[in-house]
Amino acid sequence: MTGEGRVTGSPRRPGGSGGAGGSGSSLQRQTRAGWLFVTPMIVILSLFLILPIGMALWVSVSDWTGRGSPFSSDVGFVGADNYTPLLVEEGLSRQDFMISMRNTFYYVLGVVPLQTVLALTLAVIVNQRFLKGRTFFRTAFYFPSVVSSVAISLVFLFLFTGTGAINQTLGLVGIDGPVWFSDARGLLHLAGDGLGLWSLDSPPDALTGTDVAGLSLWEWLAGPSVAMSAIMLQVVWTTAGTFMLMFIAALQNLSADVEEAAMVDGANRWGVFRYVVIPHLRPAILLVLTLGIIGTWQVFDQMYVMTQGGPAKTTLTPAYLSYQAAFNQQQWGQGAAIAFILFVLIFALTSIQRYVLRDKDESAIRKAAKRQRVAMSNERTGS
Amino acid sequence: MSTIERPTSARRQEPPKGDGNVVHQSGSGKKAIVYILLIFFSLLYVYPFIIQLVTSFKTNADAVARPLSLLPSPFTVAAFERLTDTDFPIWFFNSVWVALIVTAGRVFFCSLAGYSLARLKYRGRAGLFTAVLAVMAVPGVVLLIPKFLVLNYLGIYNTPWALFVPLLVDAAGVFIMKQFFESIPISVEEAARIDGASTFRTFWSIVLPMSKPALITLTILSFQGSWNELGHFIIASNDPNLYTLTRGVASLTSGALGSGQQFPISMSAALLMTIPTALVFIVFQRFFTQGANAGAEKG
Repeated sequence: MTGEGRVTGSPRRPGGSGGAGGSGSSLQRQTRAGWLFVTPMIVILSLFLILPIGMALWVSVSDWTGRGSPFSSDVGFVGADNYTPLLVEEGLSRQDFMISMRNTFYYVLGVVPLQTVLALTLAVIVNQRFLKGRTFFRTAFYFPSVVSSVAISLVFLFLFTGTGAINQTLGLVGIDGPVWFSDARGLLHLAGDGLGLWSLDSPPDALTGTDVAGLSLWEWLAGPSVAMSAIMLQVVWTTAGTFMLMFIAALQNLSADVEEAAMVDGANRWGVFRYVVIPHLRPAILLVLTLGIIGTWQVFDQMYVMTQGGPAKTTLTPAYLSYQAAFNQQQWGQGAAIAFILFVLIFALTSIQRYVLRDKDESAIRKAAKRQRVAMSNERTGS
Repeated sequence: MSTIERPTSARRQEPPKGDGNVVHQSGSGKKAIVYILLIFFSLLYVYPFIIQLVTSFKTNADAVARPLSLLPSPFTVAAFERLTDTDFPIWFFNSVWVALIVTAGRVFFCSLAGYSLARLKYRGRAGLFTAVLAVMAVPGVVLLIPKFLVLNYLGIYNTPWALFVPLLVDAAGVFIMKQFFESIPISVEEAARIDGASTFRTFWSIVLPMSKPALITLTILSFQGSWNELGHFIIASNDPNLYTLTRGVASLTSGALGSGQQFPISMSAALLMTIPTALVFIVFQRFFTQGANAGAEKG
C-alpha cells in the first residue's frame, strides 16, 4: 500500500470495499500509471530516434558545415541540392554512390539466399531426432551470432590473409587462393573471363562505352569483388546461426506424426521434405528472407573494421559512404541525404514485400516470430 | 563429440533397405550423410575460434608462417602483455560500465513500458504501440548521423552520458516485454488490484517475479547488444578515453599501437572481448532452464 501514493497518488481510489469505486476511478488510475510507465520510453525514443530523424531531414536540405548549431541563422535551406549530386548530376559523388549501391546489391543478392540455405541446412541437421549432443551443435552454430562483429572481423582478416588459413586449406586441394582483401576484381568479370565471354584485360567496348547513371555497364556488371566475397562469406557464416534458430522453432512445431504419416503413405524422404516440410516452413522462410534483406542493406561494421570501402571502392556501401561523407569529409548534408535514401530504399523493400505477401502470410510471419522466441528459450534449456 | 562415431557404425549392421518400410529405408545411409555434414559444419564453425585462441599465444612470425598449426612455437603471452601496456584496459572498463548501465536501464524501462502497453487501459495506448512498432522498423544504421547531430546539439557529445543514455530504451525490448505480459494470466493481477495494491506495486511484486524468462531474455539481449554495439560508439565520441572495446579494438586494424600486421595482438584482443559474451551465454543457459521450467509448470 505504501507504493500507492508514490506512483499514482490517486485520492479517489476505491476504498476498502473492492470494486465499489466503479470503473471510473480505476480507469483514471490506470491512465495515470499507464502514461507514467511509458514516460521514460517516450523521452528516450523521442530524443534519440524521432528528434534525430527530424534534425537529419533538415540537415539533408541545408548547407550546414558541421560548425555550430544546424538551427542557427547562417545555415541556409538549399532544397534538394544535397540529393541531386548523388542521383542526377554527373560527378564523383554520384559515381561513389552508384558504386556503393552496386556493391550492396550484389552483396544482398549473394548473402540473403546463402544464409537462408545454410541456416535451413543447419536446422534440418541439428533437428534430427536420432542425433546425440544436439545442444552442443546448436550452441556451436549459434555462437558466432552472439560474438561482436568487430572480434569476428579481426579473426577473418587473419584467416583471409594471402598466406592465411583459408588459402592454406585451399592449397591442400590444389587451389591457389587470391589475396582476398586486396583483390578488387569482380566475380562476374572473372566468371565471364573464365567462360571466354570477354577478356579482363580488354573488356568489350559495348559495355565500357555505355554509361548508366555515371557508371559504365561494364562496371555495373562487375559482380561482388573478391574482397567483398570474403566479407559475404563471413557474414553468411556469422548470421546463419540466428536464422537456424528460427527454422528449428518452425521444425519443432511440425509434429513428428505428420511426417511419419506422410512416409507411411509412401512418400520418400525428399518428397516429405519437399511437399510437407518446406510448405510448413514457408512463413519461417519468408521471415528469414525479410529480416535478411533489411539487415544486409545496412551492412556497415565490416566495412568500418576491415576494408574502409577498399580495394578500389569495391566494398563501399551506402551506410559506410554516408558515414564517410559526414564524419571524414564534413559533408553533413550529403551524408544525411545518403542515409535518407537508404532509409527510403529499405522502407520500400519492406513495404513491397508486405504487399506481395499481404495478410495471409502476415499472421503466419508473426506466428513464426513468436515461435522463434520460444525456441530461443528452448535453445537455452537444451531440450 | 565422442558420440559421433558410435551410432554410424552400430546402425550399419542393420539390414539396409528393409521390407519396404520407409522409416527403415532412410536409416543408415541418411545417418551417415547427416554425421558427415555435421562434422564438416562443426569444423567450419569451431575451427576459426580455435585458430583465434591458439594464435593469441604465438609470435607474429609463427602466426604468419603457420596459420593452421594448433601448437604455438614458441609459446608466448607477449601479445597479452602488449595489450595491457595500451589503452585496452580503459576500453574494457568502459565497455563494462556502459553494458551494465544499459542492461539495467533497458530491463527496467522496457518492462515498465511493456506492462503499460500490455495491461493498463488508457486512451492513446494503441497509438503508442503503433509508434513503437514504427520506431522498431527504422534501420539503425540510418540513425548514425542523426544521433550524432542530437548528441552534439544537446551538448553531451564526447561525454560519458553520450555512451549510454541513448541506448537506455530499446523499442524491440518494449515489444518483447509487452508480448510476454500479454501471455500471463490476468487473474492474479486483478486479485491484487481488488486488494487495493497500487499499479506499480502489482507490477513490481506480482507481475515481474512471474516474468523471469522474459526478463532474462531481455537481459541477455541488452548486454550483448551494448557490448557488441559499434556504430553508436563511433558517433558518440572521439575521445580515446571514452572508447569502448568495439571502437578501440576496431582501431587496431588500422595500425594503432603499430599493430598493423601483428596478428597475435588482434587475435588476443578479439579473444578477450569475446570472453564476457561467452560467459553470459553459458551462465544464463542455466537461468533459462529454470525460467522455462517454471513457465512449463504454469501450463
